[in-house]
Amino acid sequence: MLLIRCPYCEEERPELEFRNAGEAHIARSANMAGESDDDFEKFFFIRSNPKGIIHERWRHMHGCARFFNAVRDTVTDKFIMTYKAGEPKPSKLPGVAK
Amino acid sequence: MKKYSVFAIAREAMRGHKGWEEQWSSPEPKKEYDVIIVGAGGHGLATAYYLATVHGITNVAVLEKGWLGGGNTGRNTTIIRSNYLYDESAGIYDHALKLWDGLSQELNYNVMYSARGVMMLAHNVHDIQVLKRHVHANRLNGIDNEWLSPEQAKEFCPPLNISKDARYPVVGAALQRRGGTARHDAVAWGYARGASARGVHIIQNCEVTGVKRAPNGAVMGVDTTRGFIGARKVGVVAAGHSSVIMNMAGVRMPLESYPLQALVSEPVKPVVPCVVMSNTVHAYISQSDKGELVIGAGTDQYVSYSQTGGLHILQHTLDAICEMFPIFTRMKMLRSWGGIVDVTPDRSPILAKTPVPGLYVNCGWGTGGFKATPGSGHVFAHTIARDDPHPINAPFTIERFRTGRLIDEAAAAAVAH
Repeated sequence: MLLIRCPYCEEERPELEFRNAGEAHIARSANMAGESDDDFEKFFFIRSNPKGIIHERWRHMHGCARFFNAVRDTVTDKFIMTYKAGEPKPSKLPGVAK
Repeated sequence: MKKYSVFAIAREAMRGHKGWEEQWSSPEPKKEYDVIIVGAGGHGLATAYYLATVHGITNVAVLEKGWLGGGNTGRNTTIIRSNYLYDESAGIYDHALKLWDGLSQELNYNVMYSARGVMMLAHNVHDIQVLKRHVHANRLNGIDNEWLSPEQAKEFCPPLNISKDARYPVVGAALQRRGGTARHDAVAWGYARGASARGVHIIQNCEVTGVKRAPNGAVMGVDTTRGFIGARKVGVVAAGHSSVIMNMAGVRMPLESYPLQALVSEPVKPVVPCVVMSNTVHAYISQSDKGELVIGAGTDQYVSYSQTGGLHILQHTLDAICEMFPIFTRMKMLRSWGGIVDVTPDRSPILAKTPVPGLYVNCGWGTGGFKATPGSGHVFAHTIARDDPHPINAPFTIERFRTGRLIDEAAAAAVAH
């Protein structure tokens, strides 16, 4: 089971308190009805599914119930950092070479 | 290839078993092939086998980063069934089921296909409606599936608890008698042996690190840890890593990879005569010919390539197993493991041409690809050989996520697939 740090509660808590909410930083169109089929497919179905660093959303379901973002390595499942929703994608990651 | 038979066993017994030959050869990779298959699991090897036997294309290499059949082929719970809801799914899964029947004879290799029956339990009114809808849809598609009362279910599988006091009592079941199990390793080995005998090169410990494309966009070959290997046609059959390989060719996929776990108990005498599944309480179970109970758990909730999963997922499944089969509460579990499964948004596979000329993909089998192995290889070989899909896999395109023509098997597949 993963240990996840909620940036709102500022505590590391067991995975059972959280729900994974998929890839982060996928912007929802302000004009969904006007989206082309191609753009809708990219938004709705296509995922980066990286082997390595992933940016993903989590929700502290059984805690503060808020959404936040995390950076994790999908090979080791180790969390590199978590940050609040709405904050920009971190450009530098602590402890990661590139 | 020397044929296996009772006479071969007798002959070898007379001379100290010194005459058995290697089941497949391990040649050095050539500079170029007509077709490269990425991934030597069941689906990839079956594709190579049918390319050779049905389409006469034998200048084929199957590249495998690890060892043959060491991915999801060797990690699944070996369940075979075809009772899916939609016509497209019925087409492809039943095509596979028909090939399972007779596969041992075709390959001259005992894949131990056992049509012991797959029974799916209903625990509430909603389950009854859904499973009966499946029964009727299946029968319209010519697939056997029948409705059982709780008493009939217990008669078919005696250790099942049908007490009305259970937390989720069994109120009925759908039974596909042609469903069952097979020996997963033997499927990979049998296809590998058959393909190798016809000239296919199976190259293990050879990881694909890049896909080379010509200026016009078409595939030229693949970079590997053993150097560049050329081919005008490349078929990607890399399960959990399919999107990684496709990214190398510049194609982004509607896939996410999750850990899926399974576990086996200590071996005991025959006690579970069939496969029992319950989507509602999240458990499925069968018994291997060695006597182990083979139990499938659910996926973890996050994308991962770690081939491990959370212990709480196994615990959740065992809670359900003990509820359905109180007789097993004191069984010891011996081993658990994880594999990485690639899941599509509609829980149906992608077997198709891609936007890149010469690049083909067979992926997205999610949590339940083993059952489709022969059918998947058969139609994928057709797609590669003719550069055109077989009518059976024609609906399983990548483009369906743009057109909206999904094959939504989420209800049939869900976790217990």
